[in-house]
Amino acid sequence: MSYPEDVRYTREHEWARDESGIVTVGITSYATDQLGDVVFVELPKIGKRLEVGKPFGVVEAVKTVSDLFAPIEGEVVEVNEALTDNPALVNQQPFGDGWMIRIRPVRNDDVKQLLDHREYAQHVEEQHA
Amino acid sequence: MSSSTTLKRTPFHEFHVAAGAKLVDFAGFEMPVRYTGDVREHRAVREKAGLFDISHMGEFDVRGPAADVWLDRMVPNDVRGMAVGQALYTPLCRPDGGIVDDLLIYRSSDHFLLVVNASNIAKDFAWLEKHLVDGVTLTDRSDATALLAVQGPRAPQVLEGHVPAAALDLGYYRFLEGRLFGVDAIIARTGYTGEDGFELYFAPSDARTVWEGLMAAGRPHGLEPVGLGARDTLRLELGYMLYGNDIDDTTSPLEAGLGWTVKLAKPEFISRETLAKQKADGLTRKLVGLELDGRRVPRHGMAVEVAGVKTGVVTSGTFAPSLEKPIAMAYVQPEHGALGSTVDVVAGETRLPARVVRRPFYTRGSKKS
Repeated sequence: MSYPEDVRYTREHEWARDESGIVTVGITSYATDQLGDVVFVELPKIGKRLEVGKPFGVVEAVKTVSDLFAPIEGEVVEVNEALTDNPALVNQQPFGDGWMIRIRPVRNDDVKQLLDHREYAQHVEEQHA
Repeated sequence: MSSSTTLKRTPFHEFHVAAGAKLVDFAGFEMPVRYTGDVREHRAVREKAGLFDISHMGEFDVRGPAADVWLDRMVPNDVRGMAVGQALYTPLCRPDGGIVDDLLIYRSSDHFLLVVNASNIAKDFAWLEKHLVDGVTLTDRSDATALLAVQGPRAPQVLEGHVPAAALDLGYYRFLEGRLFGVDAIIARTGYTGEDGFELYFAPSDARTVWEGLMAAGRPHGLEPVGLGARDTLRLELGYMLYGNDIDDTTSPLEAGLGWTVKLAKPEFISRETLAKQKADGLTRKLVGLELDGRRVPRHGMAVEVAGVKTGVVTSGTFAPSLEKPIAMAYVQPEHGALGSTVDVVAGETRLPARVVRRPFYTRGSKKS
């Protein structure tokens, strides 16, 4: 299994993509594969301050529920309203239209501290070992 | 997955892998939880047909001159009244009314077949063996039995031409022994989905013949393989029990709404005294159906409250694909369980308002009655 090279990853299966100082966050294809069909995504309000590793939302799938964990410290500047009517986007395009929130980071370099695609692929492998 | 080396596999394992199924540990078996997606597989069963590998379930053979009298004493439902070729759903109860397991009993001309939950095979066998009497033999046939279910409104069309014509005329909870794709099988009109369909028992050595036969015969009818994920949403829409979630050794069939399986008119069966007393004294809790607005889903173990005071606990919950809303089952105090009552499900910091509704939640299935 390979994962996109232009994003960074957490061990909890979120991804983060730095786009000119604003960081877009979603969950990985591995996460959606584990969850099954997503039926609801509870997202924070714009302006909410996020702390690293703390829950910022909830993903409800048919079979299970999972917290979403903040990959970096920052402020929520946008949430993906499209998920309200169409949560299946998370399954269909986890790294694209299924994104969840955009964050203005406290420190621009924080994203680079996360796992790269190779490290993440290895992390997923190890979870299956 | 190296952990899978300790898991048992069904005779259909290679077909699940080839179909790209996500496999999980279920009751010690490596089982397909989904192939393409829970909702898609669920809809395939409601609208067309689905193929389930449920070979993890256990099968016991009960025979001997005293088999019917003995079985009738072991379970609350009416075994002696069964006709040959009939199937019966029943709990298996402890003297205190707790449910050891829920099972299907099939009556053949010279023996009974018991089909039990995979997680309970060892426990059930030990329980039955402990109570065994002269004139009855009990044999565990689990490893010698492959079991597939074909469920959905088009299930009869999938099987047409590959089973005896009489099999397609079977009523619900009836079965026959005959040829299935040329191999010996038990063909039963039973299921766990609320749809028309069949459960098919045969030798593991015939697994390829039957799986490939069904997939080929089913293709024009939209047959898809279906995993345990959709099996759970399908059964929950009907309000069917899942052992270990909704019922267990500490719940009674009366509390679970299985009173129709408890024949107190029978003079004797294990648990009769307790259940008769429970019925006379009234229940302290009962299993109810819950329906919710929004999309947050109640889950097993969440507390249920009325006006901030705990009244019970959720046993099963899901987002119901056919109803497009969250549903759940929960044990609550009887005074809070009337149809139309409102309760709150405690989901972390959030309270999810829920209404008590009639089970089954889904009533449009193609199941024969």
